[in-house]
Amino acid sequence: MSTPMNKLLIAVAAVAFLGVAPPAGAAEAPEVPEQDWSFSGMFGTFERGALRRGLQVYREVCASCHSLSLIAFRNLGDVGFSPDEIQAIAEEYEVEDGPDDEGEMFMRPAKASDRFVPPFANEQAARASNNGALPPDLSLMIKARKNGANYLYGLLIGYVEEAPEDVEMMEGMYYNKVFPGHQIAMAPPLFEEAVEYADGTEATLDQEAHDVVTFLAWAAQPELEERKRLGVKVLLFLIVLTAMLYAVKRKIWSDVH
Amino acid sequence: MEAKTWKNPVIAWIDDRLPVFSMMQAELVDYPTPKNLNYWWNFGSLAGIVLVIMIATGIMLAMQYTAHVDYAFESVERIMRDVNYGWLLRYLHTNGGSMFFIVVYIHFFRGMYYGSYRAPRELLWIIGVFILLAMMATSFMGYVLPWGQMSFWGATVITNLFSAIPLVGEAIVTWLWGGFSVDNPTLNRFFALHYLLPFIIFALVFVHLWALHVKKSNNPLGIDVKGPQDTLPFTPYYTIKDTFGLGVFMIVYLAFVFFAPDFFGEPDNYIKANPMQTPPHIVPEWYFLPYYAILRAITFDIWFVSAKLIGVILMFASILILLFLPWLDRSPVRSAKFRPIYKQLFWVFFADCIILGVVGGNAPEGAWVPIGQAATFYYFAHFLIIIPLLGKFEKTRTPPTSISAAVTHGGIGTKVKEAAE
Ligand code: HEC
Ligand code: HEM
Repeated sequence: MSTPMNKLLIAVAAVAFLGVAPPAGAAEAPEVPEQDWSFSGMFGTFERGALRRGLQVYREVCASCHSLSLIAFRNLGDVGFSPDEIQAIAEEYEVEDGPDDEGEMFMRPAKASDRFVPPFANEQAARASNNGALPPDLSLMIKARKNGANYLYGLLIGYVEEAPEDVEMMEGMYYNKVFPGHQIAMAPPLFEEAVEYADGTEATLDQEAHDVVTFLAWAAQPELEERKRLGVKVLLFLIVLTAMLYAVKRKIWSDVH
Repeated sequence: MEAKTWKNPVIAWIDDRLPVFSMMQAELVDYPTPKNLNYWWNFGSLAGIVLVIMIATGIMLAMQYTAHVDYAFESVERIMRDVNYGWLLRYLHTNGGSMFFIVVYIHFFRGMYYGSYRAPRELLWIIGVFILLAMMATSFMGYVLPWGQMSFWGATVITNLFSAIPLVGEAIVTWLWGGFSVDNPTLNRFFALHYLLPFIIFALVFVHLWALHVKKSNNPLGIDVKGPQDTLPFTPYYTIKDTFGLGVFMIVYLAFVFFAPDFFGEPDNYIKANPMQTPPHIVPEWYFLPYYAILRAITFDIWFVSAKLIGVILMFASILILLFLPWLDRSPVRSAKFRPIYKQLFWVFFADCIILGVVGGNAPEGAWVPIGQAATFYYFAHFLIIIPLLGKFEKTRTPPTSISAAVTHGGIGTKVKEAAE
């Protein structure tokens, strides 16, 4: 490659890099702390203990405001919950069914095939109970934010009691370090001992945030483990096949020239 | 076409009445191909394979997808969660879209570098530009189907462009939407068209290949094939080379599918479309970013023509100008190999396209505005000023007299020859 071309490529790389860095002065959300997640990397899997604890945090804390509409109780079977456990969890919820033979709707305990029951009947009810703000569904939250897992972790541990002095807080808003604009309508949902873990793990804020993020990462991409497992096999196969194709290509072309 | 006698009686019988086997023999096996093609020549066949993958995965997705504003988003999630290997189908299709553009853009820049658009391949090139346009329409409408926030707002922004047309603009937009906003009728027609267009692309690809096989491939030297000593039969030489290339491509493609399936995507598209809430940054898919930058480059009216209309015209012009490239370039040689100045300005143009892409990905404020304007100006200047001037004034080097001469005199193959001696 000629040198001017090299210079150009460097220029291209520099521009591309600049493009990645947010323009100075833009009101972007600040950096979020990068965490080690059991589900990142080529061989990542969801740590089962964290998943179970995360489910507990979701059910005991977040579920009073946030729905999880894409997950059915039966899905928990994919990550090691036994049919009995799933049955027991489902039965704690009531769902509307019907109409029955008299044409009446009726309530019954949820079954494994039902989805997690939303806390509010509709958007208006949700807003009415939350100062006008809408708690979003959490099923896809990890995929619906840039750098989702780290962002959500940062959000949950990112509350500050006292907003910086130059910030004028709006009525009913809480200061959060990573939320865009820093004013969020969700009160700090997690704190020390917000739950008492069934497995005896100490419920620090950090632990709770970490666990619920792991659970929600699973809820957003329940195919992740299968995807990565299959991916490793497929790529290994393709690499060997392609190497052999290269050898054949060399062989066939060896008589040219 | 050389008549061939087939040993197998069934094949002979069919071939006598409908010479498909003779045709395949002539076009896929014996087809004389320049012996000096490098790996940049792999991308055409790759694009064809990606098209087939897109159609196959698309049809299977369509079997599970529901084109209705109330169910589209959920139906895609059902594909992801409840359909057997639905996540694989969908990630193959989504990432396939991005890969398709990567492959086609490389294919296109290859053509620009080696002068493949020059006579006698003008029509081949023009068909290629139409394929690119059809791909853009297809993927734009495909992106609307999952009915996420970017689907909805992207569709709103882009269809709204037509409102810049004087007098009839608003009426056209209403007609495109099938209503007064992007809504269920829009989603339905986009699905219908998204299903249709790939088959039109398929037909265009067929014509593209037909034109190719009449005038045959260009090559890195950009000189004409002089005789059989310059070529190799397509099979086995290029079938194996293309197959090996396919292997490498599949490794890259599937690495994204399995390990970074949302790499090319926008997080906002995992939020269901909400007409009441505009996302802070509406950005199209990455492969549209350069055109998006050109669209937004013009911030001032000229006379009575609104900035918006100029932007729209420039955006379409940025692609349509490619149709004229074969006649804008008057250089005595085709390949950049023998064009010392063009060779460098080609990379400047490439860098300009990247810069436009970066500008398109950023909000149109601050320094991005003048950068976008300068890059847009340069884009058109490349075609309208630089290329014609180079054709006149550039001192080109003299290409070798034939491909086989280049191959034996210090070109490829010398090492092998030396080793043999
Ligand atoms: C008391 C009700 C309440 C509880 C409990 C609650 N949230 Fe929220 N949450 C909200 C509201 C209201 C919003 C909307 C905030 C806004 O838009 O300003 C919200 C927003 C969010 C967001 C979106 C932030 C963004 O980037 O837009 C996430 C993520 C979230 N909550 C996660 C959680 C998790 C995880 C828990 C459980 C640990 C939880 N929430 C518990 C009310 C609640
Ligand atoms: C030229 C080839 C094609 C291109 C470039 C293309 C491109 C795209 C793109 C970019 C998307 C959005 C993906 C997403 O965000 O999830 C999409 C979705 C979709 N496409 Fe295609 N597509 C092609 C062919 C087809 C064909 C032939 C079909 C079937 C008839 C099809 C059916 C679908 C369906 C059902 C969706 C929505 C489901 C989903 O979002 O995953 N596509 N397409």
